[in-house]
Amino acid sequence: MLQTNPSTSPPPLVSLSAAGVRRKGRWLVRGVDFSIARGEIVTLIGPNGSGKSTTAKMAIGVTRPDEGHVTRIPSLRVGYVPQKLAIDWTMPLTVDRLMTLTQPLRGRDIDAALEATGIRHLARAEVQHLSGGEFQRALLARAIARKPDLLVLDEPVQGVDFAGEIALYDLIKTIRNTTGCGILLISHDLHVVMAETDTVICLNGHVCCRGTPEAVSRSPEYLRLFGARAGQTLAFYSHHHDHTHLPDGRVLHSDGTVTDHCHPDDGHHHEDSLPVGRAGPMRIVHAHGPNCGCGDHGDEKPEGNPGTLQERGDA
Amino acid sequence: MLDDFFIRALLAGTGLALTTGPLGCFVIWRRMAYFGDTMAHSALLGVALSLLFQMNLTISVFAVAAIVSLALLLLQKRGSLSTDALLGILSHATLATGLVIVSFMTWVRIDLVGFLFGDILAVTPQDVSLVWGGGILVLFAIVYLWRPLIASTVNPELAAAEGLEPERARLAFMLLMALVIAIAMKIVGILLITSLLIIPAATARRFSASPEVMAVVASLLGAIAVAGGLFGSLKFDTPSGPSIVVAALAIFLFSLLPWRRRAEEGAIQPDTGGHH
Repeated sequence: MLQTNPSTSPPPLVSLSAAGVRRKGRWLVRGVDFSIARGEIVTLIGPNGSGKSTTAKMAIGVTRPDEGHVTRIPSLRVGYVPQKLAIDWTMPLTVDRLMTLTQPLRGRDIDAALEATGIRHLARAEVQHLSGGEFQRALLARAIARKPDLLVLDEPVQGVDFAGEIALYDLIKTIRNTTGCGILLISHDLHVVMAETDTVICLNGHVCCRGTPEAVSRSPEYLRLFGARAGQTLAFYSHHHDHTHLPDGRVLHSDGTVTDHCHPDDGHHHEDSLPVGRAGPMRIVHAHGPNCGCGDHGDEKPEGNPGTLQERGDA
Repeated sequence: MLDDFFIRALLAGTGLALTTGPLGCFVIWRRMAYFGDTMAHSALLGVALSLLFQMNLTISVFAVAAIVSLALLLLQKRGSLSTDALLGILSHATLATGLVIVSFMTWVRIDLVGFLFGDILAVTPQDVSLVWGGGILVLFAIVYLWRPLIASTVNPELAAAEGLEPERARLAFMLLMALVIAIAMKIVGILLITSLLIIPAATARRFSASPEVMAVVASLLGAIAVAGGLFGSLKFDTPSGPSIVVAALAIFLFSLLPWRRRAEEGAIQPDTGGHH
């Protein structure tokens, strides 16, 4: 029931078995089993407080499991983008300096990472002056610049607008394809899951269900947890980049021309000539509805899930 | 040269300022000003215990400050009270206990004011070598631990995930703080140590583009404050410890007020200095 990918003959980068974390008499998460191999993308989804971040921290050794086991290959190099990172304004820190926070790097590796995340023009900016999206990119650049074996991204697209989100997911896919690192991705956005994800693990204090994105969105446990409507709204989001915004503000169109603006009808947009059938980096797995149970709209509890939720509070 | 009390004071003060610069930056970045105060207040308990058991003063102050910071770590882990409440308890409990113990020892006469506000003009050549010896040790440790310290200041979990052992860095930082407090007590006094940590670092923030620059600038500003305070103390016959703090404050205010606009536009003109 774990990875059946035949290319995972070398030991996985990290594997968790029956792992759990208990704090103040309450299990934050328990019974977690999964492993991540090189080149594999594993996505954790689940409502608020379902133990996604805790699970990720267990995987990389920040939090020690109170039960079960976590094994990592020796000298596993991790690149981590934490969920919350606030840099105190009293610390002067440029994007460039942020890159070498945990280890010294060669200038060209820094430049390559900034280039890949599209923030090379911000190298000298103070991190406190970046927008939410730019800061997320800077954190991602920092994590990939050290060429990790395992990239752990805790909600990497928070604060990023929809188009930026697509670009970041595209980038994550590219990183996996070019470096072959394993990726553990945490998504709070239940309805948006990367299509390239090999395994989706849906958490709710324990592993609720797992599988490919399609399989999870159809599984009865998922539907019970997130509401019946969740499965009905499975949709592909496919997008066509017909233009790219360059760092200097100009616009590069798909026909190779560069203009100052991107007016829809200035003759550079060629929607019809784009390759068809190219799936975007993500698909809509579940839409936000009153009963979707994702925990984002108040205290309502998902209906009809005996057993699954009760295991949490009474431990 | 060391025969002159004023030269000794100058040497001891600048030596101390060089170490409080980088350490003070971490105090500011980690929002530990009150923590520094607590450790400093506990120094009086160290003084009392050293008199009671006839131990070396510096070692005893260092030990008490280190124990207090470890106690705080343990109490924080229990998580029943907020950190500022715990600090308030530890800070004043150690200060008061120290005072009570001292009052019991009727056979010793100690210059309490000297400990509370420092007596830099009375430093001995041995004190000067202690300041410089200890200071160089502290600076070497900070340079050695720089990356883990900075990384765990930004985010401990990130530092841990990428193999930098933030707990070790934090422990080392607390021991360094305890050492600097033990060294600094004689110079600026228990009640004013934190100001020498915080004010130069806070002043340095505006002139620094990186943590490294800020640490160096804080050291230099601290040294200037020490020199200015000592000369002022000599000229106006004011107490030396408070004079140093007032000089640091003057530099801070001076950096803040008149040239804010110009500084932010990158057009800092050399000021021919009319503020004396």
